[in-house]
Amino acid sequence: MDFLTALINGLSSGGTYAIIALGYTMVYGIAKMLNFAHGDIIMIGGCVMYSVLSAKGNPLLAILAAVVFCVVLGVTIEKLAYKPLRGAASLAVLITAISMSYLLQSVAQIYLKSGTPALSALRLEGSVNIGSFRIDYSTILTLAVTIVVMVALSLFVKYSKTGRAMVAVSEDRDAALLMGINTNFIITITFAIGSALAAIAGYLMLCKAPILTNTLGSMPGIKAFAAAVIGGIGSIPGAMLGGILLGVVESISYSIPVLAPFTEAVEFSILIIILLVRPSGILGKMRREKV
Amino acid sequence: MSRNGIGAKKIQWKYYINYIVIFAVAAFYTVLSLTGNIKQSETSLLEKIAIAIILASSLGMVVGFLGELSLGHAGFMCIGAFLGGKVSAILAESLGNGILTLVISVIIGGVAAALFGMIIGLPALRLRGDYLAIVTLAFGEIVRTVIMNLPEGLFGGTLGLKTPRFNNKHLFIIAFILVLVCIAVIQNLLRSRHGRAITSIRDNEIAARATGIDVTKYKLLVFTISAFFAGVAGVLYSYTQSNVQSTNFDYNYSIEILVMVVLGGIGSINGSIIAATLVTFLNVKLQTILTGDLAVLQNLFYALILILIVIYNNAPGLKGFREKYNFKSIFGKIFKRKSVAEAPNASGGAAPENNQGEEN
Repeated sequence: MDFLTALINGLSSGGTYAIIALGYTMVYGIAKMLNFAHGDIIMIGGCVMYSVLSAKGNPLLAILAAVVFCVVLGVTIEKLAYKPLRGAASLAVLITAISMSYLLQSVAQIYLKSGTPALSALRLEGSVNIGSFRIDYSTILTLAVTIVVMVALSLFVKYSKTGRAMVAVSEDRDAALLMGINTNFIITITFAIGSALAAIAGYLMLCKAPILTNTLGSMPGIKAFAAAVIGGIGSIPGAMLGGILLGVVESISYSIPVLAPFTEAVEFSILIIILLVRPSGILGKMRREKV
Repeated sequence: MSRNGIGAKKIQWKYYINYIVIFAVAAFYTVLSLTGNIKQSETSLLEKIAIAIILASSLGMVVGFLGELSLGHAGFMCIGAFLGGKVSAILAESLGNGILTLVISVIIGGVAAALFGMIIGLPALRLRGDYLAIVTLAFGEIVRTVIMNLPEGLFGGTLGLKTPRFNNKHLFIIAFILVLVCIAVIQNLLRSRHGRAITSIRDNEIAARATGIDVTKYKLLVFTISAFFAGVAGVLYSYTQSNVQSTNFDYNYSIEILVMVVLGGIGSINGSIIAATLVTFLNVKLQTILTGDLAVLQNLFYALILILIVIYNNAPGLKGFREKYNFKSIFGKIFKRKSVAEAPNASGGAAPENNQGEEN
């Protein structure tokens, strides 16, 4: 029974990781860059929820505002910091992204005045009890949102015109450009979707543990990034698989007393092992380097 | 020491200017401390600067010359700090807390970190760029969590490791000797034929392989040496603290070292040295000026400056602008009358900065 609880909790936290990882993986697939600041967009979303909640007190409005704000923020960051570096060395882009993450964290710290407010209005309490078995509402909500997001995103990418264009750009940007696809627009759309997903993930995290800090997004961001890499960065099903896998491993490792303190080490070791066996992740495409 | 080519009689001072400046600064303060005119805050600042220089120049070798991003430098430092600290704690009981203990623990801490550097260098052979960055980041986090959660008898657990703080105001002299050793090793390696091989791997790995360069060997070599010096810096750090906490070595610290490397200019060891000095100096000084809520501004400015510098240096759209207004052309105009074309560029940056260190 303990194992089953751990599994369900793992699926739930894995779902959150998967939603964050989707943002990483889509941006990597299309813009060919690691958006290190993605995790911090989650946190900024949390700050927006906090400010709307303290002004209006309506949780639904707060979530909506956070999604809109994050979309605008993500697109702005892309335009200001990443677009000028398109075509530059990947090291330069990575360092800019890391600095951007720092920038967002310090801005949030200034806004929060180094405090850690509790957003108790977002908290989802209560649980379903089946016999001795207990599942929190927040877990069910996370699982439901994850499934909806995954299905919606898969359908979007597969059937909509923009989604097809995204696949084309990630396959070959130059060829897509020649086919008349507005690659800049596609990149913007990708950042917008990724940031919206980050805001949703932020809500899912806050409904379990409603404490807002300026580093709220950094550890989940890094783990989700690891999940995206495990699944094969650039691949949308890979991000889902990697996220869920990481969440389940985390939860199971946490339920074993000997491993519990080393949970983070276990998670990151899995990343290293998978990368050593399959350098492009589980579902990633092997690319042969050519001259 | 360095090869100036056959028949090059003239000593190229630009190659030695960094040793001279560091030596001069260290000698100046040594005299001060021997005559007893030095404050505790100054020696601790000097120790911090020395540690930062070792860290930044060793990371600069990986980032700037091998062209791989390592985000786990603090992890290697962590290994050095804990192993070296533990060794010094054990040795202090039998050998006494002297130079010998320090030397042994520096060597053990450095070698242990180097071993891990070699281990982390292995995936580096299969992975490139972004993937390697995440693996090194993961490695740093693994090291930190494992050390924190090992039984308390070993590394002190969450309480931190108690080290016999080397309560000697002359520690900074040893630290600066280590800085000189570190720079000498890195600089001579990079200016040798091995260094050319390393930069050729950075520029084009396939071409380097095709010309017969042993990519495996050089990648491992760079990772190992860089980790060694990070470990040495860690041991030094453990000597400046009475209690070493593993939470200090999280990935933010790795990024702080990276900030120094990027600010100094990727691919320039002298730049790393200058930036490490400047950033550490500012960190310490701003801590007293910016208190409370203002302390955040410091990180904000670092982040902004870093973004601007990277965009300025790398944006393809700014190429024309960059060629028109850069340090080289501006300095070139100032130093035009001097016959040595390049030398003032290195010294021009290094000299005023180190003078700043002397003023305080």
